[in-house]
Amino acid sequence: MANLKEIRNRISSVKSTRQITSAMKMVSAAKLRKAQDKIVQLRPYADKLHGVLVEVNKSLQGCDVENIFCKRKSGDGKILVVVVTSNRGLCGAFNANVAREAKRIMTERYPDKHNKGKLVFMSIGKKGHDALKRMRCNIVEEHNDIFNNLSFENTSLIASELIKKYVSGEYDRIEILYNQFKNAAMQRLTTEVFLPVQEIEESVGKGIATDFIYEPGVETIIQEIIPKSLKTQFYKAILDSFVAEHGARMTAMHQATDNASDLIRDLTLQYNKARQASITNQLLEVVSGAEALKG
Amino acid sequence: MKLEIITPEKKIYSGIIRSVRVPGQKGSFQVLKDHAPVISTLDNGPVVVVDEAGVEFRFEISGGVVEVKADKVILLADSVITA
Repeated sequence: MANLKEIRNRISSVKSTRQITSAMKMVSAAKLRKAQDKIVQLRPYADKLHGVLVEVNKSLQGCDVENIFCKRKSGDGKILVVVVTSNRGLCGAFNANVAREAKRIMTERYPDKHNKGKLVFMSIGKKGHDALKRMRCNIVEEHNDIFNNLSFENTSLIASELIKKYVSGEYDRIEILYNQFKNAAMQRLTTEVFLPVQEIEESVGKGIATDFIYEPGVETIIQEIIPKSLKTQFYKAILDSFVAEHGARMTAMHQATDNASDLIRDLTLQYNKARQASITNQLLEVVSGAEALKG
Repeated sequence: MKLEIITPEKKIYSGIIRSVRVPGQKGSFQVLKDHAPVISTLDNGPVVVVDEAGVEFRFEISGGVVEVKADKVILLADSVITA
């Protein structure tokens, strides 16, 4: 039977751990709500932008406008994978999943590219950065500080840099690896192709194409709108990962709080048993001492 | 005529208006009721809105796209500074 003081100390230390985890859970819940609002705010913009893109695409049918964002080049250039993780830990398997997927990309999807040193990574989030470094990946850029001030402007700076590098031919293909938010307890690991641009789904046939006047011209508009929609996509991916991070942390901390409560219950039981045992012992001693004196 | 000004971060304005002037890339232009459908890219500059009651608002936008269709103006701005 462990001694009383020892158990008491353990109980108080587990209690303070529980306090920390439950506070972290609350903080994550608040941050989750805030971040979710941001996604909701982004949605009208993304939808409308997509609407405009579809309109432009509709009236583009038939004419051949060269699109520098769609061109598929010969596959000899570099592939860039943008790995989005969090800056802080304590969020369950959130970052480990991303790291595992990054490894899979490296060893299974593009082993040739990797061996030739043509598979490079960009890390957003410290945890991913550390994991990539451990795997000896070729990290060309890091933007770990973006989460300090997550805004459209900041992310679009990175996005336009990426677009520029794609157009200039430095990269052949850019993918984003991130956790997509499903609900507070679930994240879906997603690899999204950022560039080349995926074909816009055919929505022709529905309704007649409105006869728009294009200022200054269809081509210019395409060249303007596609980067915008890419920036939106990029922002959404990072925001999604940010929301997922808080969801994951909330769930992890909830678990931890529950576990701490269980532990405290067990320890308290043990403590009471030990206390009772020592009382019984003392009583026995007193009684037998008295017995001995009488005899 | 309905106007919506949207940025990626939030909806700036939504309401019934009389006219709106936007900084098109080839020059500033005004949109009134029953304007022909237009899609135009925008430069940095002021957006001047006159609402139903005749009150004038100004927004400074930095780049964007405007779509005018069926008496509905959708202005997608990259960022907006409310003046």
